[in-house]
Amino acid sequence: MNFERVFSLVKKDLKRMIREPATLFLIILFPVILTLAFGISFGAIGGTQSTTYQIGVVNMDSAEPYQQWSQNFVGNLADADILKIQDYSSNETAQADLIQGRVQAILLIPVDFGQSCNSFWNAPTDPSLWMNTTLQLYLDSGSMFATQAISPIIEQVLAATVYGTQPISVPRPIQIGSPSLVQSNKLTAFDYMAPGIFAYAAIFLTMTVAQSFTTDRENGLLRRINTTPTTPSEFMTAQAISNMFTALIQVALVFAMAYLVGYRPSGDAASFALAFVIMSIFALCNVGFGLITATLAKSPGAATGIAFVFIMPQMFLGTFVGFALSPSAQAAGKFVPSYYVTDALTSLFLRGAPVSSPTILLDLSVVSICSVIALLLGILLFGKYGKT
Amino acid sequence: MIKEYIFWPPNQKLVMTVKEAAIVIDNLTKKFEDVTAVDGLSLTVEKGELFGLLGPNGAGKTTTINVLSGLLKPTTGSVSVGGYEVEKEPDEVKELIGVCPQDTAVFSYLTGRENVELFGNLHAMPKEKLKKKTDELLEKMSLVSDAKRRVGKYSGGMRRRINLIMALVHDPEIAFLDEPTVGMDPQSRRAVWDFIKELKKQNKTVILTTHYMEEAEELCDRVGIIDYGKLIALGTPEKLKSKFEAKNLEEVFIQLTGRRIREEL
Repeated sequence: MNFERVFSLVKKDLKRMIREPATLFLIILFPVILTLAFGISFGAIGGTQSTTYQIGVVNMDSAEPYQQWSQNFVGNLADADILKIQDYSSNETAQADLIQGRVQAILLIPVDFGQSCNSFWNAPTDPSLWMNTTLQLYLDSGSMFATQAISPIIEQVLAATVYGTQPISVPRPIQIGSPSLVQSNKLTAFDYMAPGIFAYAAIFLTMTVAQSFTTDRENGLLRRINTTPTTPSEFMTAQAISNMFTALIQVALVFAMAYLVGYRPSGDAASFALAFVIMSIFALCNVGFGLITATLAKSPGAATGIAFVFIMPQMFLGTFVGFALSPSAQAAGKFVPSYYVTDALTSLFLRGAPVSSPTILLDLSVVSICSVIALLLGILLFGKYGKT
Repeated sequence: MIKEYIFWPPNQKLVMTVKEAAIVIDNLTKKFEDVTAVDGLSLTVEKGELFGLLGPNGAGKTTTINVLSGLLKPTTGSVSVGGYEVEKEPDEVKELIGVCPQDTAVFSYLTGRENVELFGNLHAMPKEKLKKKTDELLEKMSLVSDAKRRVGKYSGGMRRRINLIMALVHDPEIAFLDEPTVGMDPQSRRAVWDFIKELKKQNKTVILTTHYMEEAEELCDRVGIIDYGKLIALGTPEKLKSKFEAKNLEEVFIQLTGRRIREEL
């Protein structure tokens, strides 16, 4: 491989990103504007503002001597400044208030909640002895941002109540994705959205890659490059590098803008490094989707349309929009790579999970596998059907 | 290259000059589904020769160039460039050739200089040599003052000139110039002609396709006229004119086919 050639092609692609207004907007300006707009609208500039959500709690756990667990849980929920707790004696009354918009969510604590917690602590390493249970949460579907924020906050408080404040990576009787306590009283809706915005920005690489390939194909540039000694592997390596670099620029810009509007993520230097790594890998996935799009599209205009086949599911099922969706749509999110990017960044920056936690490693593995498959498939299809 | 062959008996030295073939096309046929673009074409172009491939639109000129440059595979027949079989040794062929496509293929968001340097880099040229050659070619094509402007802002003629420079910046042994002067104003065309003549002086092998008969007469050592994918005449412009008692190559084509070469334009 001739690295001078690769470097020349990377330089060419980066110049395209800066010099072509449409590409510059999609890749750089759009994420910047989006972050600023969302940060200002839903964040806490300077950390002085906070949003509160009204939660109705129906505590059905009265089994002595374990009910102390549920009381502690409700107490911890009340301690979170972001939540205002209203106790209800029955689910029906609570539901009536939810329908009328008096509360934004209802949390049903089951009768066996305390027993479940206790069974865990009696045998923390033997799941067969646990009594599994489920908390029921009803959300106001008319309030998108409340529904986004409330579910993760409750998960955090639950984790802190049941398992303590230390990150935990063992199986549990109550399934929660939160490995550590988040200081809920300092969080805003934007804190929950920010990880998804990183993924959201990179998704549009699919469109720019597809447009770039179809335009170059239409203008005869791919054929022209094919008459030079440049090998397909050199060409594709250049594409991969330039798009990974672009993703890194996006992450840095989104971070900078988010910081400007008061976003102060948890995590150490390793967390930030991993965020850059996972976004670079995710960029490759979108290069693959871009190549598949370019194979199917006959023109740059068609590429723009077809790119949305890959963009829309990733956007709605796998980024900051996902929390507002129905449970089935949220389950479908597990089939799009952006879900795992968002989940990893949420774990790193919101939950404060260490980079070696199983959740993050699983997310990283899934994103890596998806990226390799998408990239190889893209190269294969474009090489066979897309070059002319 | 001229090679000397000494024949027996040694005391009777007979020197025969044989020119080395740069391009050999042997019974080339290229079909696209049911359309035959090139039909049994056989041709040899000698090293250092400036060969004109003439014919109307759709005659098979560009298809022939695309097969020679490895972009298309022959349906039947074979082609070799610089002694290498294009199908079997494409990498070696790509090191030797420079291709100027018929439609300008340039990166409009790059400047003229950046386009030229990019293609020099793709041919792995040393930096110093690339800069020197780029400066030289931009000067020859009168593009020095516009070299830092983006090609997207260029006029059609300027884009064509950059298109040509991009094909030749790496100083290829063999150049395929596919209608390099189409749409150019007379002044630009003249500059390109002078440039192509210089290639000839440098002993480069050039295949030039063109619609312009006066261009072929002015530049080419030999011309091959193709129509419907078949070679219908081959020789020097003078010999062809003489053979058909024609004033120019256009008349030769009319006599051969009964129609004008550019009527389909």
